[in-house]
Amino acid sequence: MRTVRISDDALARACGADAVAAEFARRGATVERVSSWGMHWLEPLVEIEGEGWGPVTADDVAAILDGTCDKAIDRIADHPFMADQQRLTFARAGKTRPLSLADFAATGGWAALERARAIGPATVVEEVIASGLRGRGGAGFPAGIKWRTVADTPGARKYIVCNADEGDSGTFADRMLMEGDPFALIEGMAIAALAVGAQRGYIYVRGEYPDAIRKLEAAIPLAAPRISPFEIEVRVGAGAYICGEETSLLNSLEGRRGEVRAKPPLPAIAGLFGCPTVVNNVLTLAAMPHILAEGGAGHYGGLGFARSRGTMPIQLAGNIRHGGLYETAFGVTLDELVHGIGGGTASGRPVKAVQVGGPLGAYLHPDQFDIAFDYESYTAADALIGHGGITVFDDRTDMGAMARFAMQFCAAESCGKCTPCRIGAVRGVAVIDRIRAGGRSPEGLECAPQMHNSRKTGRSQAEEVTLLEDLCETMTYGSLCALGGFTPFPVLSALKHWPEDFGLAPQSGKGMAEQTHGI
Amino acid sequence: MAGADLDDILARHLGREGALLPILRDVQVAFGCVSPASEAAIALALNLSRAEVHGVVGFYHDFAAERDPRPEVQICRAEACQARGVEALISGAQAAAGERVLLRTVYCLGLCSVGPSARVGDALHARLDAEGLRRLIEAA
Repeated sequence: MRTVRISDDALARACGADAVAAEFARRGATVERVSSWGMHWLEPLVEIEGEGWGPVTADDVAAILDGTCDKAIDRIADHPFMADQQRLTFARAGKTRPLSLADFAATGGWAALERARAIGPATVVEEVIASGLRGRGGAGFPAGIKWRTVADTPGARKYIVCNADEGDSGTFADRMLMEGDPFALIEGMAIAALAVGAQRGYIYVRGEYPDAIRKLEAAIPLAAPRISPFEIEVRVGAGAYICGEETSLLNSLEGRRGEVRAKPPLPAIAGLFGCPTVVNNVLTLAAMPHILAEGGAGHYGGLGFARSRGTMPIQLAGNIRHGGLYETAFGVTLDELVHGIGGGTASGRPVKAVQVGGPLGAYLHPDQFDIAFDYESYTAADALIGHGGITVFDDRTDMGAMARFAMQFCAAESCGKCTPCRIGAVRGVAVIDRIRAGGRSPEGLECAPQMHNSRKTGRSQAEEVTLLEDLCETMTYGSLCALGGFTPFPVLSALKHWPEDFGLAPQSGKGMAEQTHGI
Repeated sequence: MAGADLDDILARHLGREGALLPILRDVQVAFGCVSPASEAAIALALNLSRAEVHGVVGFYHDFAAERDPRPEVQICRAEACQARGVEALISGAQAAAGERVLLRTVYCLGLCSVGPSARVGDALHARLDAEGLRRLIEAA
């Protein structure tokens, strides 16, 4: 009987992959549970000898087995979504069983770690610097420089911390990697440990990822002999978005409130328990096995655009027809991603806005879709690529409501340590409400004669807009971390491009938002 | 009975680096809450003040002070699920849940290309429409 390959990724399972697998097994087929190819609109995707069918339900199984199913997509590797990708970090996606050491070794697993041991820590750090790899968590700091700082800082104890607190909406690459290729992450951490002289590593995974936690906890004991004496432990988050911020994550690992720490000192100098610590995102660490392979650094550094080197696993999400994981070299335009690869909206309606980089990323207007996927290009456009998530919205979206949600989210998830974020986000929601209500007049207690200092005149809509822009400026420059500092990106970009959704005349809001951006 | 369980959890984690969060997590899973009595016992075991433990418990969304015996359905209402129409499902979900089921908003289950999505226990559900979500809540 032919072998049927079906993903056991959380997304495939949420779409019904377990029932499909059970039906194949019931009919006598040999079922292999593999990682996901990342073509999410086709999940559950069934593969038999390279040919694919999707999205499959248990009712389609009989037709697939007798060759009459009309959900065939022909050869998966040749599918237009797959054919143009450059999969380095996700090279094994769809091809291997996540917890099979044999599959891992057969696809080049452990080779980079062996080579790293042979060439020594200093050369490893040099190669990571040469690859040009920048931290994939969002800040884009050169990974090799961070490693060199930790390596050069004396310390009896050093740590490798993997930031797997992937809280941004529209991102799922960390989850897919941990579930689909956990040994690659473990190998990357072991390489990091070797490079900086760390003895212990932690993977901080969010509690919302039960499948990833289960896979990692199964994979670590299997891989332990290969990475010894380095040890890795999984720690599970407790529902705080802010713990994706590296210093907050370190506090959480130490058993404290996940409050942000002021920098300096950098975690590379005084991180976990005050020891020199590498804090890297899942994708940064998982890129290491490719970079440290023979000639890998040169190949990786040869790809990309301007100062953004290598590939980025881009996540196509939200209202998009062909959502999923698309790994490609930097430089691809948003138009290609959304309209070309992504096939436009799932609803079939026109695209209104695209949010790149999660809840703290700017909303980009279709007029800006020629922007190249590159850290500096996005920064220049008052936007960020963050963790590479792209969330598409159709023309029914109320962008004023999305701006309000950005402030509301910041208020809900603020750690409370700094005032601009803690208070500013709450005030931001109120100001946006007043703009959308067309301004406000004094009411209630404010009008009482004994309230000598209260404002007796109303505030016009234009004055409220100025207030919001002032508030955003305070948050941008006064917040301790990216949560308060970047929340103005979605708010101001929505105000700039869609003033009509705030109840403003199309031109007025645009002019004012542009002034703010010029500061 | 409950006391013995708490002792087991403490014994399992004492001596680990940064043991407080793993302990709180296990306590939350075992008892459905981190009660003031548990806080006191944990503080004693870790040589922390009760205030320190209480501060940590209060910080994280996943820890509750009191147990809610109702079945829980978590619905993702973050941007990607909003783009896929989750907000239109909320009133129907609340009607289906009534007082019997606890609906909890979460921000992102990592199924952003196939939302709206929900989680019951460790089981994830995607591509929900009004009918699918209603059935999920009624079966919870």
